[in-house]
Amino acid sequence: MMLLIFLALGLVAVTGTMVALTQQPARQAVMLSVFGLTLAILFMTVQAPDVALSQLAIGTAVVPLMIMLTIQKVGGPQ
Amino acid sequence: MTRRSRLVLFVIVAPVFAALFFLAAQGLPSFGSEFHPYGDRAVEMATGQRATANVVSSVNFDQRAIDTLGEEFILFGSVIGTIVLLRPAPEERETGLRSAGRVLPTTRLAGYLLLPVSVLVGLYVIAHGQLSPGGGFQGGVVLATGWHLLYVAGRYTALRRAASPTVLEIAESVGAAAYAAIGLAGLVIGGAFLVNFLPTGRLNDLLSGGTVPLLNGAVGVAVAAAIVLLLSGFLEQEVVLRQTEEPLAGSSISTEEPLAGSSMVADDAEQR
Repeated sequence: MMLLIFLALGLVAVTGTMVALTQQPARQAVMLSVFGLTLAILFMTVQAPDVALSQLAIGTAVVPLMIMLTIQKVGGPQ
Repeated sequence: MTRRSRLVLFVIVAPVFAALFFLAAQGLPSFGSEFHPYGDRAVEMATGQRATANVVSSVNFDQRAIDTLGEEFILFGSVIGTIVLLRPAPEERETGLRSAGRVLPTTRLAGYLLLPVSVLVGLYVIAHGQLSPGGGFQGGVVLATGWHLLYVAGRYTALRRAASPTVLEIAESVGAAAYAAIGLAGLVIGGAFLVNFLPTGRLNDLLSGGTVPLLNGAVGVAVAAAIVLLLSGFLEQEVVLRQTEEPLAGSSISTEEPLAGSSMVADDAEQR
């Protein structure tokens, strides 16, 4: 179990860094979605399924979608 | 701020933050320890007297229901704020829906197949909040996102017609108000705001936990409506509204034709 937690934590660190290092906002939104998925996995490994479910719905679907639509609207750097 | 100065700032601040964070974490109980005084009491209360198998729901909707009331109204307020911000500006006008483009038949099929599944999952998660992980918030978000599979399937007009903003606004308000009303009922019947005044039933029964399933239902309605409203605000901006050529107020009324591709469904926009 400890191993799984550390694996998930490592994944979160890696994907989180990737979000920060992604330059293009549209790609960043997609990366944010992946980051949200790894966070949900982390929450599962530390036995917080309720939070994982919220994270899965909000962090991987709703927030990236809102960012994508906003970028599309304001016409961010192409 | 240049890239270089940002890097310098990071190099100075990061070790300080790391050291302080490390020191702050020293006071926490060690990871995986057996000592959880609050957790033990919450679990005992939830599975014993309150007969709520999902302890998290018991804490959220019974033992600390007032916190969730606050969260409910934070969401309510922020969605209202977002909708106000996203309302059409004076220089924007509805140009009618731009054509959705070609949607792959497989995407359309996946959208139609997954729509009933996700609606069912959402309702299940709301209804079983007192038994298994999930509850009103999670189920409501699943319902709202599942609903938008219609958009993925290219049926944005159907989406707009089926969920009118007025109905959604009423649903959101009624859901939020129902939470407060259940709390007031507790005050009248049980003597304290949001007290669990209903019979709690037997542990692991579908109807158990007293007011927990009721509050979950209220939150489910409010959250599902709120998220659909929120996303429709963004979608509206993207799909329907276009800035006219002259954005300044007071300038002559623009008479250009709507953007190409919009005429075929323009009557849809006029129906609103």
